[in-house]
Amino acid sequence: MPHLEVSDVRARYGSLEVLSGVSFTVDRGEVVALVGPSGSGKSTVLRLLVGLLPPSGGTVRVAGEPVDYRRAAMVRAVRDRMAIVFQQYNLFQNMDVLKNVTLAPVRIKGRDRREVEDLARRLLDRVGLGDKLHAYPDELSGGQQQRVAIARALAMQPEILLLDEVTSALDPELVNEVLEVIRDLAREGMTMILVSHEMAFVREIADRVVMMDKGSVVEEGPPAEILDNPRTARARDFFGKILRH
Amino acid sequence: MDRIIAQLPRFFSERNLILLLESAGLTLAMTALGCLIGFFLALVLVYLRKTPGLWALPLRLVCVAYVEVFRRIPFLVIVYLVLFFIQTVIRDASLFTVAVIAICLYATAYTAEIIRAGLESVPQQQIDAATAMNLGRFRTTLWVVLPQSMPVIVPPSVAFAVGFIKDTALVSQVGVFELTFRGKELNNQGFSAVLVFGTIAFVYFLMSWPLSLYGQYLETRLAAPRSQRRPRKIRQS
Ligand SMILES: Nc1ncnc2c1ncn2[C@@H]1O[C@H](COP(=O)(O)OP(=O)(O)OP(=O)(O)O)[C@@H](O)[C@H]1O
Ligand SMILES: [Mg+2]
Repeated sequence: MPHLEVSDVRARYGSLEVLSGVSFTVDRGEVVALVGPSGSGKSTVLRLLVGLLPPSGGTVRVAGEPVDYRRAAMVRAVRDRMAIVFQQYNLFQNMDVLKNVTLAPVRIKGRDRREVEDLARRLLDRVGLGDKLHAYPDELSGGQQQRVAIARALAMQPEILLLDEVTSALDPELVNEVLEVIRDLAREGMTMILVSHEMAFVREIADRVVMMDKGSVVEEGPPAEILDNPRTARARDFFGKILRH
Repeated sequence: MDRIIAQLPRFFSERNLILLLESAGLTLAMTALGCLIGFFLALVLVYLRKTPGLWALPLRLVCVAYVEVFRRIPFLVIVYLVLFFIQTVIRDASLFTVAVIAICLYATAYTAEIIRAGLESVPQQQIDAATAMNLGRFRTTLWVVLPQSMPVIVPPSVAFAVGFIKDTALVSQVGVFELTFRGKELNNQGFSAVLVFGTIAFVYFLMSWPLSLYGQYLETRLAAPRSQRRPRKIRQS
């Protein structure tokens, strides 16, 4: 049974249909990369999964259970199993780094504050921010904020981690640091969906690649297959452009 | 002019000064109490006004109606309404209570608009992040949205309250012994109107001006990035 199953999911912003029947699955411990041109709906898929945008059709199953996004209790249960790192980081501007990372585990999940703070320190060390515990987001660079956002998501100890362009604001050196963290997580068996434009990274870390265009899945398969020998013209066009850079 | 000078020693008698001080204190107390309670009621009102869902439609309508109606009624009319309404409920309600309630009703409607604009100034992404963590509407508002909107909410709210110090003069109409009421009394005792109301005007100014300055100070302080608002001591390198 897949850990996460998205079938024929639709979503709209007002009258604009941004997802028109998206289907893919993610197995337990699998890393699925979501790729595609800007505006194809990658972020929207992640937002929909955590219940920030109600689906207008289709079904999402988590561990086989269909999720009814109209039922608040069910949405809460789903959010409890997932954590998301937003493309724009979305750190709480009124809290320092440590508070950003510990807030939800302590206040929402009710875990022991000491333990969570220890965990937070370790996670922040791991992403190279051990000395920024008491900095506020407006004192941090984009790359630093992005890494705090990753630590914040990990502190939730999710079953499924959703990462939206987590390397977009990082310089090459830091990309490696963060990729190392993600690699470790993959090795530890975390289920992950990661949206990325970094094809080298996708190739290395993803078990499977799902390519989206205009709100639906165009093609999917193992990285080697889809990146090097895309079957559809649309995918050939996209990877042709992106890989030539 | 000669008459004013002749009246000076008698006007600034100990008794009159105490009377003026007391009534100035009363004015400040009414304003502070009314605006403070009004501020908290406005927070509640705005929160209720944003209740999602179809079932909450009547609630939202009531909140909108309250704000729209009370901002369009002259304050003096509210004072009379409260006076007559209260007296049918509680026989011996003090005029001070009446005044505070009236200020409260008015301040709630006004600060509600300030607070609403403040809450709406916080980017949706902040709310999304909180929601995705299961924070819920109440805790998201309390821990994320409200703290971030304080720089937008506090300065105009303080300005409103400070401006209201002078508007409380209207409650003298129903006989609360506040500053303007005492002025009229002293004037009736034969003191020159210029002397009496000149002094009263000066006292109003003295009450408002430092508070306005304080409001401006708060504004610049709150506008500074959060990291610079911390006391230097605990600042990490
Ligand atoms: N809040 C919104 N309101 C209206 N339309 C939106 C909103 N957010 C996104 N969209 C639209 O939905 C579509 C999909 O957007 P989405 O952010 O999911 O794309 P994406 O694949 O993540 O792109 P990118 O690679 O640039 O991040 C786009 O056409 C976008 O304009
Ligand atoms: Mg996106």
